[in-house]
Amino acid sequence: MTKAVVAMLAVVVVAGCGGSTWTGYEPLYPPLTIFAASSLQPAFDKIGQKAISQHIATPSFNYAGTQTLTAQLLQGGPGDVFASADAAHMTSVDSADLLAGPSRIFAHNKLEIAVGNGNPKGIQTLADLSRAGLVVVLADPSVPAGKYGQQALSKAHVTVKPASLELQVTGVLNKVALGEADAGIVYVSDIVTSGKVDGVAIPDDQNIVADYPIAVLKSTQNQAAANAFINFVLSGEGQGILKASGFLGV
Amino acid sequence: MVLAGLGLLFFLLPLAGLIFRAPWDQALAGITAPETATALELSLFCSLAATAVALVLGIPLALVLSRTTGNLRNLLRALTTLPMVLPPVVGGVALLLAFGRHGLVGSLLYQAFGIQIPFTTAAAIMAETFVAMPFLVIAVEGGLRALDPRYEEAARALGARGWMVFARVTLPLLRPAIFSGAVLCWARALGEFGATITFAGNFPGRTQTVPVAVYVALETRPDSAIVLSLILLAVSLAILVGMRDRWLGAP
Amino acid sequence: MARVKVNRAGFALDVQLDVDEGETVAVLGPNGAGKTTLLRALSGLIPVVGRVELAGEVLEDSRLRLRVPTERRQIGLVFQDHVLFPHLTVLDNVAFGLQAQGRRDAKQVARRWLERAGLDDRAGSMPRELSGGQAQRVALLRTLATEPRLLLLDEPLSALDVTIRAEVRRELARQLASFRGVRLLVTHDPVEAIALADRLVVLENGRIVQSGTPEEVTARPRSRFVADLAGVNLLRGKSHGDHVKLANGSSIAAPDAGEGDVFAVIHPRAVALFLTRPEGTPRNVWQGETESIDLHGERVRVRVSGQVPLVAEVTPSAVRELHLAVGAPVWVAVKATEISVYPA
Repeated sequence: MTKAVVAMLAVVVVAGCGGSTWTGYEPLYPPLTIFAASSLQPAFDKIGQKAISQHIATPSFNYAGTQTLTAQLLQGGPGDVFASADAAHMTSVDSADLLAGPSRIFAHNKLEIAVGNGNPKGIQTLADLSRAGLVVVLADPSVPAGKYGQQALSKAHVTVKPASLELQVTGVLNKVALGEADAGIVYVSDIVTSGKVDGVAIPDDQNIVADYPIAVLKSTQNQAAANAFINFVLSGEGQGILKASGFLGV
Repeated sequence: MVLAGLGLLFFLLPLAGLIFRAPWDQALAGITAPETATALELSLFCSLAATAVALVLGIPLALVLSRTTGNLRNLLRALTTLPMVLPPVVGGVALLLAFGRHGLVGSLLYQAFGIQIPFTTAAAIMAETFVAMPFLVIAVEGGLRALDPRYEEAARALGARGWMVFARVTLPLLRPAIFSGAVLCWARALGEFGATITFAGNFPGRTQTVPVAVYVALETRPDSAIVLSLILLAVSLAILVGMRDRWLGAP
Repeated sequence: MARVKVNRAGFALDVQLDVDEGETVAVLGPNGAGKTTLLRALSGLIPVVGRVELAGEVLEDSRLRLRVPTERRQIGLVFQDHVLFPHLTVLDNVAFGLQAQGRRDAKQVARRWLERAGLDDRAGSMPRELSGGQAQRVALLRTLATEPRLLLLDEPLSALDVTIRAEVRRELARQLASFRGVRLLVTHDPVEAIALADRLVVLENGRIVQSGTPEEVTARPRSRFVADLAGVNLLRGKSHGDHVKLANGSSIAAPDAGEGDVFAVIHPRAVALFLTRPEGTPRNVWQGETESIDLHGERVRVRVSGQVPLVAEVTPSAVRELHLAVGAPVWVAVKATEISVYPA
């Protein structure tokens, strides 16, 4: 019995730490815990450094798939700020009355097809993804990127038989980067910051625009600092960093 | 006593949480849902297959381990127990680097036969075997070391050759160790998550074992996740209880 | 005729042993003498530096790097505590060796052996259900059934209860008598050795110190072990005509034994004890201190330390008359004629 429980614990623990955390220096300025979707990691790491150097706050980031973060928050995980990869998850958190104030959209993202360096399989369109013999990896529909990917595919009237439905968008990226998958659907930002894969653009009529909302959580220890952080994200500097990482600004 | 009680509580509380928060009214619907059945079937199939592989490869490995001495033994021991201390995801990555399309062995298989191992059920079985086999090896090796060497000596003195000694003396006397090792191995394989999703990915019916299904369900259908967890718990409990002390004890 | 010759370095077992067919040789020695090592070496369970030959066939020769593995030596090994296979029935145990030989009638032959020994009613029992004596008898049958050329018995009776030991010993003697082959038995129990062996070989610290029939060996002990076994005092020294000089410098008057290294044996009954220095003829008179007083049946054994440490055997009344007590001084006298001296 203990073994089964331990196995269960293992599952739950792993479910809980699907991502990574970045800690800044000794918190001289208000420490903040930011729950952020994993696709935001490269951009937010840089934003975090700036926030410290400008004495706004000392953020620690809890990166994970948005669905995982949502589950954690719904189960009572404490945090200061939530940056989600789609509006639906922010709405769930809002419905559970966990937000201190209304959420704001701080970035947009679009989808792009990730392929190996040099595009060895010569993929040009979403339709190419249904080619026989191609190993395609998508994000699971429970993940925002996965849901958007399905939407894009149905817009393009394409049926794909994926080899795997990854639980984080970064999983899709890694599989393509490692060469285990020939192609995957990820965010534009993922491809920009990766450098290990090439991208094939998806035309706007097939693409979707993902809204990234951000909000302060009720469980915050320092509302002022949390607000300041969000303002920084929305500021020219913050937006500049996001755009450099492949996001679309607001 | 107090400490023991705390320890017990530590194990019982999550279990209690699972049971009390369970949506019993939806439990039936959850159990009979096709996704559940698929995940459960796949989990049972993969974990049993992994245990079978572990038995075939692990018993001879344990034999070798028990017969070597010195530095070689320490090295072999470290290698075989490495998966036990490695974080499962790291194990998954290692498997990819070995058996993936660009992996050490995988690339040869891919180029020569077009065989791709990741994202297949076989990959799930391999991932589970990787993390669970050390349990079997350690248990069997322990059993071998505890075995009185004179039984084998007596058999040899009576004229029995290597294979007969192994099959008619060593193996039967090892039965309790093999059994308990196999059960531990199976339980570990059943609960494996990190290596599985890294190496085999997630796809219902092919690689979505119950732990993975629980993870996926956690956000979208948390009640379903709880039901799945309970089912896995019940199945594991049933088998562990069925395995009575008698089987774990000495011959 | 079988010749078994073993030289083994490492544990410094250096032994040259010849055993004839039809002869039971008992290797006797204290614990740690190397008896079990010898058996294991002969079985092929441990390597040997030297040569082992059986009935003309070389089983092992370290110089030629030749080694016949244990399972092909056609030997029979009986352990101290039977080592029956716990997961097999008595019948399966006895049939095991026959099955290893590939015999299809293994079980029938095994059953016949059990019947002859009167144990066939236990054929279906498991080893843990047997008494110690029964188990050891089954172990013996298991070995005999394979009709080995060399039978090696490692202290076959020492694990048994004293009360059943005699009975099993008798049966063992019976079985050994009808066994055609070479028989080698090791033991630390002299009664076992004398009862079962035609010839004794005394092993001490990895070396053979004495060999002969039981009577020969005990009459002229060449080691403390055998002396204790025979219950006599054994001294060692240099003979100079009519006296023997011991290592510690003391001198004993003894029958003329020429010059050279000798053993001197004094039976405890020949050692006389006195409260004060005795008058009279004995030239061997020493003072000592009573170390211990033990009752053995109707006799008392008194150990005396001193220049010449000896064990004396006296009557209980003598103890009372002499007021013998541990730690008290006492005088010891031995007639020279009572001492038997022979070359070392």
